[in-house]
Amino acid sequence: MDAMHSAADVAARLGATGYLADEELATVLFLAMRMRRPLLLEGEPGTGKTALAEALALSLDLPLIRLQCYEGIDATQALYDWDFPRQILHLRALEAAGAEGSAEEAEKSLYDERFLLSRPVLAALQQSPAVLLIDEVDRADDEFEAFLLEVLSTWQVTIPELGTVTAATPPHVVLTSNRTRELHDALKRRCLYHWIEHPGLDREVAILRSRAPEVADALARQVVGVVQQLRDRDDLLKPPGVAETLDWARALNHLGTTSLDLATAAATLGALVKYREDADRVRQALDRMLTP
Amino acid sequence: MSTTIDPLPVLLGFSRALKAAGVPVTPDRAHGFVEATSLVGIDDQQATYWAGRATLCAGPDDLTRYDQVFEAWFDPRGELPRRRESGLPAPAAPALPTEDGAAEAGDDDEGDVLRAAATTTDVLRHRDVASLDAAERQRLAAMFARLRPTAPLRRTARHEPWHRGRLDASRTMRDSLRRMGEPGELAWRRRRVRPRRVILLIDVSGSMSAYADALLRLSHRFVITQPRAEVFTLGTRLTHVTRALRHRDPDRALIAAGEAVPDWSGGTRLGETLRVFLERWGQRGMARGAVVVVFSDGWERGDAALLGEQMARLHRIAHHVVWVNPHRGKPGYEPVQRGIAAALPFVDDFVAGHSLATFEELVEVVGRA
Repeated sequence: MDAMHSAADVAARLGATGYLADEELATVLFLAMRMRRPLLLEGEPGTGKTALAEALALSLDLPLIRLQCYEGIDATQALYDWDFPRQILHLRALEAAGAEGSAEEAEKSLYDERFLLSRPVLAALQQSPAVLLIDEVDRADDEFEAFLLEVLSTWQVTIPELGTVTAATPPHVVLTSNRTRELHDALKRRCLYHWIEHPGLDREVAILRSRAPEVADALARQVVGVVQQLRDRDDLLKPPGVAETLDWARALNHLGTTSLDLATAAATLGALVKYREDADRVRQALDRMLTP
Repeated sequence: MSTTIDPLPVLLGFSRALKAAGVPVTPDRAHGFVEATSLVGIDDQQATYWAGRATLCAGPDDLTRYDQVFEAWFDPRGELPRRRESGLPAPAAPALPTEDGAAEAGDDDEGDVLRAAATTTDVLRHRDVASLDAAERQRLAAMFARLRPTAPLRRTARHEPWHRGRLDASRTMRDSLRRMGEPGELAWRRRRVRPRRVILLIDVSGSMSAYADALLRLSHRFVITQPRAEVFTLGTRLTHVTRALRHRDPDRALIAAGEAVPDWSGGTRLGETLRVFLERWGQRGMARGAVVVVFSDGWERGDAALLGEQMARLHRIAHHVVWVNPHRGKPGYEPVQRGIAAALPFVDDFVAGHSLATFEELVEVVGRA
């Protein structure tokens, strides 16, 4: 729970949870925590943007609250909503009990915190310190961005019937984006920006070893070597990310493979590439890579 | 870094230099940068580099510029920052091909403009924009304001209240619960419609240069009227010009776009740039379900097979693909260029685009898509 003191400290704490951050990411994350700014992560799919938030929550021993954005998301799904059926039940119960008191009091009792459904953003403010992950923010609409802007700069939410909820300590916020559209500058300015690259060979092997320790060492090296070569080609529709590497290594391991060969590689290709055109190309490439 | 120098001017100077290099650095970003360096320690050059990257950059396009400026500014060989303005990648800003001509011919043609009454306006609508002189171009530019692109629509998974349609059971129930269970009027709903995104890909190579001005004016109309529209230019590289075109004033927007595009009137590698578009933007979601309009004459210097392949991919992702060719409306035109022949099987609509009248038709085709 205690604060992290340096970038190296951040990297070590994340490493303990199995997330291997490079110096760059650790520095940016350290700054985000110290400057109390949200961190905006962009990068190819499968480079571990979401995993970073999970690892951060784990290493700080804080709850992770996740808000998955989608087109048409609005404040009632992100902030709060009133639990209408329970409010009605409550009214009926009052009626049945023949409770005394004015209508005004009955109405007042309806807008009580127990009928409030906290959606992720409000929940993060209430439970803070917490880690709030706003995933794929590029999928939401512009209006939602404007709304986030307000919450992320003041760390408070006003509920007309109840009053203002302010976070005692601002939550650690991680936003991820796949760049399907350009985010608004105002939102970007509030955040620290970081572009996550695919990891290099050694780091990816290390990630694989730490995430899937059951995979044999030699196999891990071979798998990562192949994946890295595939990423360098520019004719794949969707180059495999780290998540795919992990999947593929696990799949090979399930088949009892200890050393990569053409037959099993071809049979497990579905874990690595997700397009038919890619599968054809990779199969040909594997032919060349694996035949001595 | 020497400890005898006050770090603040160095850091602020760096953010100024970065701004001059084209990275949109605002004062609050610069402030964040100074704060961040004070946290990581300014004597740590590596950490200063990352701190600056996180606080001053806003996207992958900024990163290369940042690297160059950082290297120039914090050169480890020199103690003091050096002046190296010429070394910065100043955006190549050739004025639009037609802008210059239009400005020169401005005043003395005033009389012409007055004489050009309603009849000439109609003639102008049908003239090939490549054959217009400067004064005619100027008059035509004003006529673009009358183009009103309508957004193509799609039905969404969500419903909205409506006065007829299908029964909205939950709203009916809620309404009646509000009256303590008393039954009341029935509520109806219908599927909501939302505008589809329109993406314009404009070929700015040499063979299309006579149309560049008109096509950018047309794109400006799209960007101004449809908040979700996106515009890219294709040449030897791909450039995202939507933001530049967001100026309300068309002339300012065109100048901004002209500054943003580094490869006016160069060669074309349609297949290659299309691939970059699909990889960096299209496949991630921008082109999904969108109406994509490609403005090009189909002169491909690169591999026509690659263009065909990428068009097939675009066609699978997008809802509707329109190819606009300025030569299409001219007598004797046959789509025989290698590029266009490879692309045509994957195009839903193949339309002309050389005059204002054909642009009006295009706007209609896009609106209906």
